[in-house]
Amino acid sequence: MIHLNALDLSLAAVLVLVLAGLAARVQGRLAAQLLIAALRTTVQLLLIGLVLKALFAHVHLLWMALLSLVMLLVAGREVMARQHRRFTGGWGFAMGTLSMFLSSFAVTVLALVVIIGNQPWYAPQYAIPLLGMLLGNTMNGISIAMERLTETAWQRRGEIEGRLMLGQEAGEAVAGLRRESVRSGLIPIINAMSAAGVVSLPGMMTGQILAGSPPVEAVKYQILIMFLISVGTGLGTLAAVWGASRRLFDERQRLRLDRLRSVRT
Amino acid sequence: MCLSGPSGAGKTRLLRAVADLDPHQGAVYLDGTACVALPPARWRRRVGLLPAESHWWEDRVGAHFPGTPVAGLEELGFGVEVLDWPVSRLSSGERQRLALLRLLALEPAVLLLDEPTANLDPANVQRMEALLADYRQRRQAALLWVTHDAAQAARMARRRLVLANGALQQDAVRTGEPVPAARS
Repeated sequence: MIHLNALDLSLAAVLVLVLAGLAARVQGRLAAQLLIAALRTTVQLLLIGLVLKALFAHVHLLWMALLSLVMLLVAGREVMARQHRRFTGGWGFAMGTLSMFLSSFAVTVLALVVIIGNQPWYAPQYAIPLLGMLLGNTMNGISIAMERLTETAWQRRGEIEGRLMLGQEAGEAVAGLRRESVRSGLIPIINAMSAAGVVSLPGMMTGQILAGSPPVEAVKYQILIMFLISVGTGLGTLAAVWGASRRLFDERQRLRLDRLRSVRT
Repeated sequence: MCLSGPSGAGKTRLLRAVADLDPHQGAVYLDGTACVALPPARWRRRVGLLPAESHWWEDRVGAHFPGTPVAGLEELGFGVEVLDWPVSRLSSGERQRLALLRLLALEPAVLLLDEPTANLDPANVQRMEALLADYRQRRQAALLWVTHDAAQAARMARRRLVLANGALQQDAVRTGEPVPAARS
């Protein structure tokens, strides 16, 4: 593998500066946003590089658990931040985070222990990339599905209450919404799997090839990851939609949209 | 029983509370059974609410009914073919009349009617009143009817309640004497 030095990265940075110069002619704010984002990516990635370096040097379950927890909480916050209508009282954060925990962590641990079978199973070289990819994708699926559920419940409250008035159970009254929400949460990974290799070359696979892995080995890992991501996203989305649609009703099966608060994003 | 009162008096809120659609204080009983003692879906099938604006979610009218034949179509001026109509082609008056039939198909023991004849022409008001009077008679049902029309209240109700600012202002029972007109 060819190592990059500071000069190589600086050359790429100069290209970004040139782009920022061009962007400034279009809109000053755009150039500023671009530069801030470039700076953030540099600092954040360098920091995580240092963290990973330390973790690789001190392989311990405790450190892995700590990093996983931080990743999970940040992902939970991110799910909330993307909602236009959030559950009040920490329910949105709790349901999103719990669903991600159940699905991503279960699938990651299963893959590490049963499929990859490394010793120890929590070795950071495998555990961190796997968990990161699973969390990232599950987070997307859950936030899309929850957004869809709460937004549609708000728009179609007349229909939902109309069904309740005709004596339907709450679960029956939102069955259609649940289906649509789960579907919308799963569409990104279905699209990604359909287009993989034909339209797009997935990032993990290309990364492995760049690092010198034989292409067929890289492809096998990519297939594994795609399957794991679809299972993690699917389970997480189902859990989140199930929990959120129950929270939309109270114990007397009344539609409780007062449990959502609208946020401008 | 008719319920009237100025806009914002709490008429609709009262109906929604009785149908157990909103959290509320106080207790509601039907034939000695408390609302909270029944599963919510069963309560709402027995205590049917007809909202001022009805909602339709299937493409076809007939898909909203539990089965055929649908009682009362003829009495409200429809033919059976209305069940095959797309919902999108219904006028507001047609929606209102069909929403009543959809509710009556469940045979509720109590009807909560939120201005059921507000969008109707006089001929259809008459049809709806006749149908409801017949249903009340046949099912021994109780009706709680929100209306702004004092003449309608006089025709349909033995007892008249007036709400204002969320509180009961007047409770009059007709005993053959003319009842003082409710403020509307």
